[in-house]
Amino acid sequence: MKYVRAFFKNNGVQSLLSSILCVIIGVLLGYVALLIINAEGAWEAITHVMMNFFTWPEDGPFRLRYFAQTVVYTVPLLMCSLSILFSYKVGLFNIGASGQYMAGAGIAIYAAIAWQMPWYVCLLLAVAAGAVIGAISGALKAYCNVNEVISGIMLNWIILYSVNMLLSSDITKSPTAETYHILHKNPDAMLPTLGLEELVGGYQYFTIAVPIAILVAIAVSIILSKTKFGYELKATGNNKNAAKYCGMREKRNIIVTLCISGALAGLGAALFYLTDIKQWEVNASSVNAMGFNGIAAAFLGCLDPIGAIIASFFIQHITFGGGYIDLSVYSSQISSLISSIIIYLCGFVLFFKYCVNHLIDRSEERKKKREEAALAAEENEVGGDVK
Amino acid sequence: MILLTQYTLIFASILILVALGGCVSEHSGVINLGLEGIMVIGALGGALVMKYLPAGTSPFVIVILTMMAAIVAGTVYSSLLAVACINFKADQTIIGTALNLLGVAAATVAVKAINIAEDPNNTSSEIVYREGRQAFLTDIGGFELNVFMIIAFVVLIGIAVMLYKTRFGLRLMACGEHPQAADSVGINVYKMRWAGVLLSGALGGLGGIVYITAGVSQWMFENGVAGFGFLALAVMIFGQWKPKHIAWAALLFGFFRALGNVHSGFDFLKALDLPSGVYNMLPYAVSLIVLAFTSKRSRAPKAEGIPYDKGSR
Repeated sequence: MKYVRAFFKNNGVQSLLSSILCVIIGVLLGYVALLIINAEGAWEAITHVMMNFFTWPEDGPFRLRYFAQTVVYTVPLLMCSLSILFSYKVGLFNIGASGQYMAGAGIAIYAAIAWQMPWYVCLLLAVAAGAVIGAISGALKAYCNVNEVISGIMLNWIILYSVNMLLSSDITKSPTAETYHILHKNPDAMLPTLGLEELVGGYQYFTIAVPIAILVAIAVSIILSKTKFGYELKATGNNKNAAKYCGMREKRNIIVTLCISGALAGLGAALFYLTDIKQWEVNASSVNAMGFNGIAAAFLGCLDPIGAIIASFFIQHITFGGGYIDLSVYSSQISSLISSIIIYLCGFVLFFKYCVNHLIDRSEERKKKREEAALAAEENEVGGDVK
Repeated sequence: MILLTQYTLIFASILILVALGGCVSEHSGVINLGLEGIMVIGALGGALVMKYLPAGTSPFVIVILTMMAAIVAGTVYSSLLAVACINFKADQTIIGTALNLLGVAAATVAVKAINIAEDPNNTSSEIVYREGRQAFLTDIGGFELNVFMIIAFVVLIGIAVMLYKTRFGLRLMACGEHPQAADSVGINVYKMRWAGVLLSGALGGLGGIVYITAGVSQWMFENGVAGFGFLALAVMIFGQWKPKHIAWAALLFGFFRALGNVHSGFDFLKALDLPSGVYNMLPYAVSLIVLAFTSKRSRAPKAEGIPYDKGSR
């Protein structure tokens, strides 16, 4: 019993449990929605959502291929969720990750096709673009007291239209409404695969982006928990004034945080668009959802970089799973419904932890009382003998 | 020119309604970042009523029922924010963001389900309400007067009077400034905050239905409301949380938003030959610049964003 209590008192265990609970409730509610729409095929649909690439037979080439596809799409999501969790640890909510992501995508594609740059230059430019946009949000927050959520949203829309205009030029836009394939225009700008595609059955979009993303996640984890720099940032997030009086430059810290956060989102975009798996739609009329899904992944991953890897894979997994359901009865948005319910439930995590701790305390108290009562009874007995 | 005035007024009306919603909620101490999602759900409620009302219903009934549906939908949806942020002390930013995403996702799933049930080949997320929309409009010499312009004006005065002249409004603002003090004189802070959030849900929902009927007769629910809820929050901040200032701010922002719709009608703007993207981003860019200059001296309610805990000092 003692070990059970100690186990549940552990913060990590509580976070993990609450995340699993969020997923279970989220999927259940998604199932209920499917039941309401059409009860007959609901079970099949929800299993398709959860199975994704497992829908394909084990011995065929497709299962591995679609697994690889899910991983390739997980990379930008992971970077966006790292971007959001990094700033959230510092007390800033970087909802502008979508904009920073789009800025990175725009620059990377433009540099690749219009300027004929090699891939590493495109990558660095994208990182820089994201960082600059993040820094704008940060500077507005630090010097002009503009809430980073509002400025982030405004920047998202400004960047969406700017990138559309940038990529609409004849150099980058193909006769369709999308940009040219990078492969056709400038193969040097493609991310190298270094033979990684052989691991997943020759899926050519499986590039060094995948190991880079994992390494970045580990680096973020180390920076936040093991370095002085990370400690300063977190201190600024916990109490801006206290940090200031301890001699930390709180304004600089805010800007640097959003700058790094933006750089992560920009990197994510480059790691995705430079694989050439997808082209930019120059008539897109809504902000790219990658940054918003990143919020779900960040909170579902308990705001831990390693947790974010698993969480973003899961979110991407159910998003693709949404494509396998019978679209003549249901809509694939059921996956985004599930992930938005999960974010909503993540708001209750603190309350959940409070409840668990409360239960543990109560049971410890009861145990103490029982022991005391037993002790008192023993004493009584002893006393009775003497009498 | 008439067209520009007309669009400016209708967009300003939407911004006034939604920004007042945000204003009421923030004065009670809860930041309502979910206004965007609330607008979508309110719009869905109103659009469904217009879709299902039998043809030939009198315009007056259409207007009343559509408004009621939007208000009820927005209010019910905002209770999700209230219960999480007031009773369970959840992070208001996360819950607001979740409501925004949930609003679009839920509306899309619902509309698609309805469309597919009617016609298996129609998998779009679009609702058409051509006749319903006509009920809102009155033509005065080429100027399409929308009934919601008048309603927004009435609501503006109503909220201003409520906040500054009634016991309820003053108590509401006390809960956003110093909830402990309010509690000590016998005001139920939780109830007041619930009232603030629900009222903002009603106004947000109403704003949503006005938004989708402002210029078009059909709406793709996949697109949400294009950041308008956040524009309204920017208007509210620019308006220093005061109804009168919010109205002026809304007119300014409404003007820039309207330019995006009608810029091709002006010869000198046409001569500049700017891509339409420039006009599309104008309201957002202007609001960002304006916020940069005005936020420094912002007078936000002091206790906004902090969950009320009876035990804390």
